[in-house]
Amino acid sequence: MTFSSSLELLAFHETAYTIYAVMIISIVAWFGYNLTRKEAKSVVRIPFYGYMAFLVAGGVGHHIFTYNTIPWVSQDIIREQIKPDQSYEFEIEKHKWVNLPKQVVVQCGQTIKFDVHSRDLVYGFGLFRKDGTLVTQMQVNPGTDVNGILDSNDILWTFNHNGVFDLTSTEYSGPEQYSEDGKRDLMLVKDFVKVVGCNEGGER
Amino acid sequence: MSLMKHLIHGTNFDHESLNALQKVTLRAVVMSFLFFGLVAIEGMIMRLVVTGPANPLPEMFSHPAHYFSIMTVHPIVGIFGSTYQLVFAAFMFLVPFLTKKPLYSIKLANFVWLMITIGTALAWIAAFVWQYAPLYTLYWPLPADTEQFQVIGGIVFILGVALIMLGTLGFIYNIYATIFQRVGVHKDKTTKELLISGFGIDGMLNLINKLRGKPPYTKEPALALPVVAIFRGTVDTFLDAIVILSAGVLVLVYLVFDASGHPLNVGAIDALLYKNYFWWGLDLVADGLVLIYVAGSWYLLATLITGQKLFMENVARAALMLELLVSWMVWSHHLLADQGQPEMMKLISGEMVTAFELLTQGLALFITLVTLWKARPLKMTMELKYLLGGLVGFGLAVPAAIIQADMGMNRVLHNTQWIIMAHVHIALIVGLYMTLYSALYVLWPIVTNNTKMFSSKMSNIHFWMYLIGGIGMGAFGGMAGLDGMLRRHLYVNGEFNTLMILAAICGTMVLVAWFIFLMNIVLSVGLKGLIGIFLPAKDPTASYGIEPETVAENHKV
Repeated sequence: MTFSSSLELLAFHETAYTIYAVMIISIVAWFGYNLTRKEAKSVVRIPFYGYMAFLVAGGVGHHIFTYNTIPWVSQDIIREQIKPDQSYEFEIEKHKWVNLPKQVVVQCGQTIKFDVHSRDLVYGFGLFRKDGTLVTQMQVNPGTDVNGILDSNDILWTFNHNGVFDLTSTEYSGPEQYSEDGKRDLMLVKDFVKVVGCNEGGER
Repeated sequence: MSLMKHLIHGTNFDHESLNALQKVTLRAVVMSFLFFGLVAIEGMIMRLVVTGPANPLPEMFSHPAHYFSIMTVHPIVGIFGSTYQLVFAAFMFLVPFLTKKPLYSIKLANFVWLMITIGTALAWIAAFVWQYAPLYTLYWPLPADTEQFQVIGGIVFILGVALIMLGTLGFIYNIYATIFQRVGVHKDKTTKELLISGFGIDGMLNLINKLRGKPPYTKEPALALPVVAIFRGTVDTFLDAIVILSAGVLVLVYLVFDASGHPLNVGAIDALLYKNYFWWGLDLVADGLVLIYVAGSWYLLATLITGQKLFMENVARAALMLELLVSWMVWSHHLLADQGQPEMMKLISGEMVTAFELLTQGLALFITLVTLWKARPLKMTMELKYLLGGLVGFGLAVPAAIIQADMGMNRVLHNTQWIIMAHVHIALIVGLYMTLYSALYVLWPIVTNNTKMFSSKMSNIHFWMYLIGGIGMGAFGGMAGLDGMLRRHLYVNGEFNTLMILAAICGTMVLVAWFIFLMNIVLSVGLKGLIGIFLPAKDPTASYGIEPETVAENHKV
């Protein structure tokens, strides 16, 4: 099992968490009802150490599961050793993207590096589908090294599905990100990334 | 008695019969619930704005400067003005109650609620008047950005937060001074014995001795388990206050220099390092004191409601120590989207240690449920209902956060509505507040000298509306997060319209529930009584005489 896009992951997550939420609410409701009944008997005896082991397995197993099913985790950890198919480097200053390419066209399956620098505040870098769902994101912190070179905020992303994605800042950096009436996000760049060449199912 | 008479005189509340400890407790409780109302109204304004163009609010609320100034003070009023105030009041009452010793200082307790109230009001004014809006995260250098915000707004805001932290330090001093007072049952205890008990080391030694087949280190620990939780949680409260105060001083220095015409270079402070430092402190609230205080409150409520000893008490004591250490090492889960953060810190602090919270909170849940189960049948009193509601809240909220504290999930959930709604709001509104309401119903007769609650129907309506509204708002907001809705972003064009309307309906239920609860309290104590709470107490006693064991009698079938 591998999630080739964030949409698949989010759909899986929504289903799994909804089942869990219904379960925990039902268990406590059942528990509360039986607390008032003298004749209530334990349906199942939960061994203490078994319960603890379940929690440990849940906490640790969750990360093992995601490491093995979400491709961008290992890619992110070793990103310095991966040679991207294309790299883009740009800056943000006073709520404006600087040196931003007009559009990034990606062939299906290509791995792209985005390296973003901030000259003043903490911003975010987020790619969104046309329906508003999030493709990927990172924080963009300001700062320079001792030589005055702007700090890197880099992310590698492999695009496995066709689509046209918008770019905006995912971190709040003050009200000046918006028009005065709040109706326009001034950092929104429409159609920033275009992915082509994938089949309908998301493969090449 | 007519409604009007109840409104003026209450049921049988007599403020003149209250001693100094009861009055100072009730003062903070009153302020806390007034701030809760304010925070609920602020929350509703924000919920309505994001429902889109059809929202009924005046247009100014959709303006970014206005909207984000509300978003800035919303957590300040909610967490400090309301929650801190209520928790501190409860603990400054409970520690004397459980240790059967007087509170160290009533004057200091008055100082605490006054500082938190004035500080919260100042922070609110800074946002309302000058629209100072760097959000509670204060990501450097935004709070010192005088191109976007007025200096005066920043100074007033920081002074407000500083006063809140001074009040917090007053609370901490009062708690520890009370615990270490060598009077009453602790007359012959040494500081070392109290420290060992306060850190739960006696519980751990008991466990070790049991494994080695030796007699227990102590059969009667010096401090009751809930006091141990308060003791431990207060360590995090102290560290958090120091971090927030120092960050406040930093911002203040920059603002003052700016105002004097000699602005300092904001680039001198490393934004990522600052983020680490600030999140370490801020996370001591969310993943430190809240979880520890809540675990302690569950243990207390379970023992008070059942009248029985806590199940696996030694394990619970030892686990509280583990929880303290865990809370110091989990802050990196807030920085999983920061690419400059070392991967090892993301893996160890952000993922692995954070996962331990599932263990510590799961353990507290287990111990509480088993303690209740062993004492059945129990009456389904209001306090038991609220306690179960609190357990549901954390049962939902903790896994929601653990799921996101993962490098894979965080990439698509960071800064979305998922974490703020499905985790934070459910943890606070349902988990924490339901627990606090349970404590309030348990302590109500003790703190008010057996004042009758005006209406049990109103209590029940409050419970169900609050529970359904709280979970519903968190759930619909969380779903919007999964759909990509950001948490610190302005959406005025109805982008997530359907889910936001549903969340707003549920939010309205929470607001209405709060109003019903408030009316029930006002009709119980009366307006005269309410004013009387703020008048000086004739009886200066700083303790309360009822044995905790007697409270349990009311819950037996």
